[in-house]
Amino acid sequence: MGWVFEPFEYEFMRRALMACVLVGFTNGFLGAFVVVRRLALVADALSHSLLPGLALAAILVGLTPGGLLLGGLLAALFVVLGGHMISRSSRVKEETAIAALYIVAFAVGVAIIKFANVRVSLDHFLFGNILGVGDADLWTSYAITCVVLLLLVAFQRPLLLSVFEASVAKALGVPVGGLLGMLVVLIVLAMVSSLQAVGVLLSLGLLILPAATVYLLSDSFDTMLWGGAALGTGGAVAGLMASYWANIPSGPAIVLILGAAFVLAYLFGPKYGIVARRARRHLHEESLRRWDKA
Amino acid sequence: MNHRLRFEDVTVSYNRIPAVHHLSAEFSCGSIVALLGPNGAGKTTLLKAVAGLLPLETGRIEFTGHAGGRSGREIAYVPQREAVDWDFPVTVRGLVEMGLYPALGMWRRFTERDCEVVDEAMRVCDIGDLAERQISALSGGQQQRVFLARAWAQRADIYLLDEPFTGLDRNATEAFLAALGRLRDSGKLVLASHHDLKSVGELFDHVLILNGELVAAGKTADAFTKENLDRAFATHVFSGEGAGEHRHFHHV
Repeated sequence: MGWVFEPFEYEFMRRALMACVLVGFTNGFLGAFVVVRRLALVADALSHSLLPGLALAAILVGLTPGGLLLGGLLAALFVVLGGHMISRSSRVKEETAIAALYIVAFAVGVAIIKFANVRVSLDHFLFGNILGVGDADLWTSYAITCVVLLLLVAFQRPLLLSVFEASVAKALGVPVGGLLGMLVVLIVLAMVSSLQAVGVLLSLGLLILPAATVYLLSDSFDTMLWGGAALGTGGAVAGLMASYWANIPSGPAIVLILGAAFVLAYLFGPKYGIVARRARRHLHEESLRRWDKA
Repeated sequence: MNHRLRFEDVTVSYNRIPAVHHLSAEFSCGSIVALLGPNGAGKTTLLKAVAGLLPLETGRIEFTGHAGGRSGREIAYVPQREAVDWDFPVTVRGLVEMGLYPALGMWRRFTERDCEVVDEAMRVCDIGDLAERQISALSGGQQQRVFLARAWAQRADIYLLDEPFTGLDRNATEAFLAALGRLRDSGKLVLASHHDLKSVGELFDHVLILNGELVAAGKTADAFTKENLDRAFATHVFSGEGAGEHRHFHHV
């Protein structure tokens, strides 16, 4: 078993491990709401719109976690609220409007990032660098984990009501719009915290894949929440180990492992997996018996 | 308890086009009321107004003396089946339990009494043996009854149903009607939009006939007449063309 612990003799690997646990758990937990509320494409737009916000923050205040957080939030809210506004005031539908805004915002980000007066490469933003996780990053991730978990657990019931059927929830006085706004902000927070580990482009994988995998395996939303968190944590840690042993970047390693879990669930899930559904016994006899013919 | 739902001079607009005009009517507990009228007559709009999902432009909707239409737990809105994501990871029992969330608030745990309420709701709606099924593994009629059970668990007094009988076969219609009958017998008021005029007599004891304005309201035997239906279906539905020719001051 020594080989399991060998990487963690290094300080940077211990930090990376901590970061993986925090980021994997938070994203996996939040992902359940993103998947059932069908926010995956919005989350994709949010992840891309982080780049200009981060670039702007890096130019204006340097690479502090607070600045990055604020920049990312502002850019993301600009894209989501802007997309919502355009779709309401014109015939363009919401997903088109959001896609139009986020891709423009992304282009702005790529264009201005070279003006950032610090030593960061575009690669770092896009794909992360988990071995470079500092104390400040860890504290930021830790704080974000606490905020996300606390809010999601506290508002679980109204959130569940409003993601399941918005008009019924509204009739009960649940602030549906406000809760959706909260989800968007939490998605941005979770993405900012996974930035260091997997970068802007791969953060979506941490958010979507664990919850989507458990969704294929379970009919319970609670299982999706906690199972997603467990899978996200396990996948992130396994990806880190794989990246150490195979000498590949940690971001892709994490996403590939979570992706493999998703494909396995899709194929071999006991209830909804396509293999199980194909292999299910044909109920011809039982069906016929209803007419006393068998 | 004596529930009364009173509409007083109610006007509701949808996309700035008045869909229901100056409607006044009154229904008391223990009735199953059909909302009838041509497409676009304002049936769904009126249901949404009672549920508090659309603002009233004039008038008021009163429920046993106080203004309803605002986050009332006593009013349960049951959406059309197409509006629901049936792949949602929840079982029948889990969905019925959601009816208790407003009463439980954010933190309180389920007590034994709450579980009894859920059991009772499933019994009233005759879905007890489906408790552990995922909701997509239900027939259309069972899906309708699950939502009815959720409304019961919410302890609603007024049930608003949007085209509940659409797509149900004879057996499912009978089972659903039996569940509605049990609601009526325990003093609930059921308000359902409906478009199949042939079945009104056997399904509903009261009717409210609309064509943008009130045509008639009352017991099915009194109000559900050929004359009233002709009046309801003869008037063209106002869809906004030529708007301004007869404009009320409050719609400007």
